[in-house]
Amino acid sequence: MLDDFMVRATLAGVGVSLAAAPLGCFVVWRRMAYFGEATAHAALLGISLSLMFEFSVFAGALFVSVIMATAVTIGQGRSLFLDTLLGVAGHSCMALGLIIVSFISGVRIELMAYLIGDILAVSKTDVLLIWFGLGLVLLLLIWRWSALLLCTLNEDLAAASGLYPKRENFVLTIALAVVVAVGIKVVGVLLIISLLIIPAASSRSLGSTPEKMAIFASLIGALSAILGFNASYVFDTPTGPSIVCVASLIFLFTLTFSLLKEHFHPRIKIK
Amino acid sequence: MLIEVQSLNVHYGNKKVLENINLSVSSGEIVTIVGPNGSGKTTLFKAIIGSAPITSGKIIMSPSVKVGYVPQVLNVDRSLPLTAERFLSLVNNRNDQGLLRAKQILGSEDYLSTQISSLSGGQLQRVLLARALLNDPDVLLLDEATRGLDQPGSAEFYKKIEEVRESSGCAVLMISHDLHVVMSASNRVICLNGHICCQGKPQSVASSPEYRDLFGSNIDGTFALYQHNHKENKNRISHSNA
Repeated sequence: MLDDFMVRATLAGVGVSLAAAPLGCFVVWRRMAYFGEATAHAALLGISLSLMFEFSVFAGALFVSVIMATAVTIGQGRSLFLDTLLGVAGHSCMALGLIIVSFISGVRIELMAYLIGDILAVSKTDVLLIWFGLGLVLLLLIWRWSALLLCTLNEDLAAASGLYPKRENFVLTIALAVVVAVGIKVVGVLLIISLLIIPAASSRSLGSTPEKMAIFASLIGALSAILGFNASYVFDTPTGPSIVCVASLIFLFTLTFSLLKEHFHPRIKIK
Repeated sequence: MLIEVQSLNVHYGNKKVLENINLSVSSGEIVTIVGPNGSGKTTLFKAIIGSAPITSGKIIMSPSVKVGYVPQVLNVDRSLPLTAERFLSLVNNRNDQGLLRAKQILGSEDYLSTQISSLSGGQLQRVLLARALLNDPDVLLLDEATRGLDQPGSAEFYKKIEEVRESSGCAVLMISHDLHVVMSASNRVICLNGHICCQGKPQSVASSPEYRDLFGSNIDGTFALYQHNHKENKNRISHSNA
C-alpha cells in the first residue's frame, strides 16, 4: 500500500494536519501565531545544517526549533517583549540558514521544497516519522490537556493549583517544534503556520467546548489535506499551497455560516 | 500557622517591589492587605502562590495546606469556547465538602452553561469564588475580589466570605480597596506600601499615623483616598474627594 506515492502523500498530509490542528487551537487561544511562525522560520537553519553535515532534516529542524523557542522564552524580559525577540532570533536563524545553503552546491534548486513542501517526494520512512510525530503530539496534548487549558486561562490560577506554568508552556514548545519538523516535507517552513491556525480558526464557531473545537479543527485539517492533494493532482498545482488554499476556503465558508447564523438568530442575552 | 512569610524581598531588576515582608496567617482568621496602587499587594500574592520570583526570604507553607485562589481578573480570550461548568471542572482535587460549598455560592445554576466570556461581573465573581472553594481550602486568597461589583454586590460578597469562613473554618487572606468593609470584617489589617507600614487590629491600624499618611484622615467615611502617592502626602497637599 505504501508503495503507491499517492497513498504515501495522502497519509503524510493527513498525519501532519491531524497533529497541527489541535495544537493550533492552543496557538489561537494563547495568541501565539507569531511564536509559531518564528519557530518554523528558524527551522530553516536546522535544515541547512543537516544538509551540510548530512544528517536527518527532521532532527535538524526539531533541534533548532526547540533551542530557538526555549532561548527566546527564557530571555524575554521587561525591556524587550517576546514578539520582538522572536522576530530577531527566528529570522536571524532563517537568514543564516539561507547563507549556509548557498555554500552547498546543488541544493539551491531543492530549497523551494523545504520552503513550501514537496509532498510527492515523501518516502516510507517520512510517512512513519510523520505518524510517529503525530502520536507524540497527541499523547502530549491529551496527557497535559486540563493543565494546559488552565495555564491558558490564567497562569496564577494554575500556579495556585500547584501547576508549573513554565513547564506546561515547554510542553507546547516541544509539540510545536515536532509539528514544524514533520510538516517540512508536506507544506514547508513557510506554510506550516497556516495548518496550525486556519483549521482552529475555522472551528471556533462550530464547537462550544475546547475539546469540540479541537476535534472539529482536526477534521477540517484532515479534509483540507485530502481535498487539497486531489485538487493539486487535478489542476497540476503545487500541493502544499493547494492544501492551505482549501483550508482557507473552508475558513471562509464557516465564517460566512456563523455570520449568517448570528444575523438570523442573534443570541439573546438573558438578564 | 498556615502561611508564614519571612523577610521576603522581591525585586524586578533594580526596582524593589517588596522589601523585608514578615507576616503570618493562622487558621480561621481574616487578614486584609490594604495599600495604594503599585504597593506590591498583588506581587505578594503571586509570591505566596509561587508565580512571582522571590529575590530573598522564605515562604513557609506546608504542602498539605489547600489553597483557594480568586484572581483579580479572568480575561478569557473570545477564541476559547468555555462554559462556566467546564471551567469549574478544571479543578483536579475537588471533594464533596468543597462541591457543597461551591453550590451554595453559585446559587441558581441556570448560568452555568453560559460562556465564561459572556458572564456578568457578579456571575463571574461567584463562579471564581465557587471554583476556589471546590477543594475545601484551608486558606482562601482573594485578590480584590469585589472589583467591578457595586456596593450592595460587594457587601453581599463579603457576607458570603464570612459565611464560608464560619462554616468551614478556613483562613482568609485578602487584598481590598473597600476600606470601610475591611475595617468591620477583618481580624487583622496589614498596611502595605513596598514594605509593611503597620499591622494589627483594624482599630489600631486605622488610628496609626502611617495609615493616615497613606489613606488620608477621613477614612471613617465612605470615601477613601488612594489616588495620591506617598510623596505628595508628605508635602501636605490637601486632598479632595472630587
